[in-house]
This record gives sequence, structure tokens and C-alpha cells, in this order.
Amino acid sequence: MQAQLPALQVVLPLFGALLAAMVRRSRPAYGITVIVSLLMPVISWLLLVQVRNEGPISYVFGNWSAELGIEYRIDLVNALLLVLVSTVGAVIIPFARKSVAAEIPEDRIAWFYSVYLLCMCGLLGVAITGDAFNVFVFLEISSLATYILIALGRDRRALLAAYQYLIMGTIGATFYVIGVGMLYAMTGTLNLAMIAERIVDIETTRPVLAALAFIVVGISLKLALFPLHVWLPNAYAYAPSFATVFLAATATKIAIYLFVRFLFSVFGVGLVFTDLPVSFILIVLSVAAMFGAATVAVFQSDIKRMLAYSSVGQIGYITLGIALANLNGLTGGMVHVLNHALIKGALFMAIGAVVFRAGSCAIEDIAGIGRRMPITMSAFVIAGFGLIGVPGTAGFVSKWYLIIASLDKGWWWLAFLIVASSVIAVVYVGRVIEVAWFREPNDALKGVKDPPLEILAPILIMVFAIVYFGVDADLTAGLASEAAEALLAGLR
Amino acid sequence: MNALNQILAHYNQWITIFLMVSGLYIVIARGNMIKKLVGLSLFQTSVYLLFLSSGKVLGGTPPIVAAGISVYTHPLPHVLILTAIVVGVATLALGLALVVRINEAYRTIEEDEIFAREDKA
Repeated sequence: MQAQLPALQVVLPLFGALLAAMVRRSRPAYGITVIVSLLMPVISWLLLVQVRNEGPISYVFGNWSAELGIEYRIDLVNALLLVLVSTVGAVIIPFARKSVAAEIPEDRIAWFYSVYLLCMCGLLGVAITGDAFNVFVFLEISSLATYILIALGRDRRALLAAYQYLIMGTIGATFYVIGVGMLYAMTGTLNLAMIAERIVDIETTRPVLAALAFIVVGISLKLALFPLHVWLPNAYAYAPSFATVFLAATATKIAIYLFVRFLFSVFGVGLVFTDLPVSFILIVLSVAAMFGAATVAVFQSDIKRMLAYSSVGQIGYITLGIALANLNGLTGGMVHVLNHALIKGALFMAIGAVVFRAGSCAIEDIAGIGRRMPITMSAFVIAGFGLIGVPGTAGFVSKWYLIIASLDKGWWWLAFLIVASSVIAVVYVGRVIEVAWFREPNDALKGVKDPPLEILAPILIMVFAIVYFGVDADLTAGLASEAAEALLAGLR
Repeated sequence: MNALNQILAHYNQWITIFLMVSGLYIVIARGNMIKKLVGLSLFQTSVYLLFLSSGKVLGGTPPIVAAGISVYTHPLPHVLILTAIVVGVATLALGLALVVRINEAYRTIEEDEIFAREDKA
């Protein structure tokens, strides 16, 4: 059983998706989703423990050797991502039932859960596999599922957002597969570890450099690196609340994992960060995201859209940590992957709860809602503090590492920019807090109250985690720094 | 003459590049959502050629074991591209389905008309 865990991690949600599609009725479909979502973290935590005790796990499908077949390879870095995706999936699943029932027509709910499980299968697959082409297949499984999840939103603009994401996402995935094709032509293998071995001798040849460019741009589209983020705000704003929560917490994080996997493990630190100006380009784009996207967030009237733009800015911090390419920077980036997943998950769930009760998340419609939904909006405030990076919240830990990493490099100006960009987060989070708490409730909100426990509980768990990991970061920062060490050491 | 031979010898790559760039151009330049999807398909198709032509062995037969034949074309790119074709078909199908729904919701599939309408609303 233990030996089959890597396969089960992907196969279970796949079968869950099939079952949910076959039962067609909403309640059994939800039941299946709950069972799968609760089993996923059990598997991923077992894998993480095994990786920490015994080192990387290699799982070959059908006993074909890694040279010929597909290998699943789990080390600390992707074990961490598996834990993140599956745990988030389990925590938010109670939120789904009522929120989905309120936003999606009854006859489509089973389809929604089926596609949701497919999306999860794809994301876990990208994280777990050690085969470059298999990554592409899983990437497309998760992406196609994501387009459907977005298109199921109530607003007709959701269709448009899904279409635009489909175009951009497919271009990104195709860029990725072009790069993989070039690597394959040069190295004769698709196994990531073997590519990493064979690339050493040919790393300055033009096809390898072209492959690096295609793969970096392709994955950057998927992770919404500024300025390739234009698909993200509409997609998050118009998708059903539950889909937004899941995607914001996990989808871009998996793309970031893929990004670091290729930059650090496959191409190697020496080529990417020493010989090529990747670091410089990434830092410029990250800082542009931290300021640009965050500034746009300030002027949004729809809170979901505001949080989506904020996500683009927060991804800037993660890519900044990657670009610094030292231990503290990479630790900061990886720990922010975890922390941002918690923070954005909590914020989008709080807003999802507002949509559930008040039917809108436009900022003018929620004046004074803090007095009607005190628990939800308090959670929003605490998670918002996490977004800003107030000491005592998880967001502070990530920024702390990033600042230390910039100072390690002697770039005090970068440390200053990190702090300065947090001020913008104060503005956009503060704006919502001001409207929600310091205005008189309007009549439209009469009778609105906190959502039922099954919606509230996941929010509170996430908020508790934000505060807990802000005070005691041993677990998150410890795992992130172990992962960063593994990344810097490379696959070779 | 030598340079010309160099270019002609890699004609498969030139076709790949032509398909790739023209597909991407259509996606960017056209406002009609169906035409965009056609461009996207063209773009994806170019990748099939990129993989397949790099797996072709000159003088090699299809990778089927048979008596008296020792040179085979590399089978793995074919397998990969079979998968990629399935992915491409799924993407195209989903894209077209979305366009149908967009047409129902907006009564048009021209992007600029839709954006103009959304800006007014």
C-alpha cells in the first residue's frame, strides 16, 4: 500500500471525477468529492514523512524503467506542494456545499464537482511527476478543468474570462511543450533528472537556450507573472466563489513549483542565474508586479477583482524570492507559496461568504457589513493583515525572509521596495475594512448575518493557521528552507 | 549556395516555424473568436511537426518490428504527439463550446463588439 501511494495521489481524484460525472446527482457527487478531498492529505502527508525520513521517492509506472517509461519522483519540494494542494482541498471542502448550491444550477452541480476533482488531479499530477511531457499532459488536464470551472460562474462575463484564459493558457502550455521538444531533441530523454544530467555538457548550445526561453515564458503565463497576468483578474472575479478559492490557493502555486523545478533542478543555478540575466529580468518584473498590480487593485470596485490583482502582486514577492536565488530568498519564496495560499484562501472564502449572504461583492454594496457579519469580516481583517505582512501573521514571515535575502545581497534598496510595496496593500485592504466596518449598514443588508458553520469553519481554520504560522513559523519556514536547500543543491 | 543548401536541408524546421508564427499571429491579430481558435490549432499543430520530424530517421521505416528491417523511426515522439493531438482536440472542442455559449449570451463572437458592450454596461 505504502509503495503505491504516489499513484493513488493522482488516480483517486481521477476516479472520483469519473464517479461524480456518472452519478449525475448533486448530493452523491458532493459526497464523493468530500471522501476524495479528505483522503488526499492523508496520502500527501504520508509521502512527506517518507521523503523526510528516507529521501526522494521514485515510482515507476508499470515497472518500465525511468529511461523508457514515466517516473513519479517526489522530493521535499514537490512533497511540500502536494501537501499544500491536498490540505487546502480538504480544509475548503465544507465551504463548497452551500456556496456551490447557491451559485450553480442544480443540474450542473455534479458536473462542477467532477471537473473540480479533475482539476485537482491535474494539479497534483504536475507536482508529482518526474517526466517533462507528463507535466504537459497534467497541466492541460488541470487547465481545461479550470476553464470549465470559470465558465460555470453566474455572470456572462465568466464565459469571456474562460475563453480568454483558454487562449492564453493554451499558448503558455504550447510554449512549454515547444521547449520540452527542444530539450528532448538535444538530450534524448524526457525524465527531468536525466535531462538535468545530460544538459551539463550542452548547456550553452542554442536549442537549450531557446528551450529555456520557451519554458520560462510558457510557465510564466501559467503562473501569471506580470505582465503575463491579464487572464487572471477576470478569471478569479467571475468564477464561482468556491472555484476562485481553490484556484487562488493552489493553481498558480503549482505553476510556481514547475518554474523553480525547471530553473533550479533542470537547467541549474549556474546556467540560469550566473551566466544569463534571468535574475535581473525576474527582479524587474517582480517589482513591477508588487507595485503595478497592487496599485491597480486599489482602484477596483469589485472585491474579488481587487483580491485577484493583489494575487498578481503577491506572486511578485514569490518570484522575487526565486530571482534572488540565495537560501533566504528561495526560502522566502517557498514559504510565501504556503502563506499566500492560506491568506488568499481565507480572503476569497470570506468574500465568498459575503456573496453567499449578501449576493454581491461590489464595494458599495457591502457598506457596514462588518456589523451584520462580524465573524466573517473579522476573519477578513486578520487575513488582510496577513496580506499586508503585519508582524504576528504568516505574511510577515515571508517578507522577513525576503528582506533578509535582499540584505544578504547588499541590496538595501530592494528591502526598501519590499516594505514600500506593503504600504499599497495597506491601502487596498484598508479601503475594504473602512467600508465594511466604519460605515452605517444600508437597508439592503437587513437580515444579513454570519454564514452557517460549515462555511465559517474553513475560514476560521485558515485564519487560525495564518496567525499560528505567523507566531511559530518552525513548521512552514523549516520545510520551506529544507526545500530551498534541496533546490539549490540541484537534481544532479 | 552552401547557405541555401543549409536552409533547404532543414525545410521541416522552416515549415514548423512558419506554422508556429502564422498560428500565433492569427490568435493575436484576429478579433473573431472562431478564427482565433483556428490560429490556436495551427499553433499547436506546428508542435506536432517539431516533435515528429526530430524523431524521423532518414531511411527508417515505421516503428513496426518486421523481418529484414533494422532501421526504424523513433517511436516515442509519435506516442507523445498522439497524446498532444488528444489534448489539442479537447482544447479546441472546449474553446468552440465556449464560443457557442458566448454567442448565446452576447449574440456576437467579435471580441471588439463584446468589449464595447461590456464597457458601456
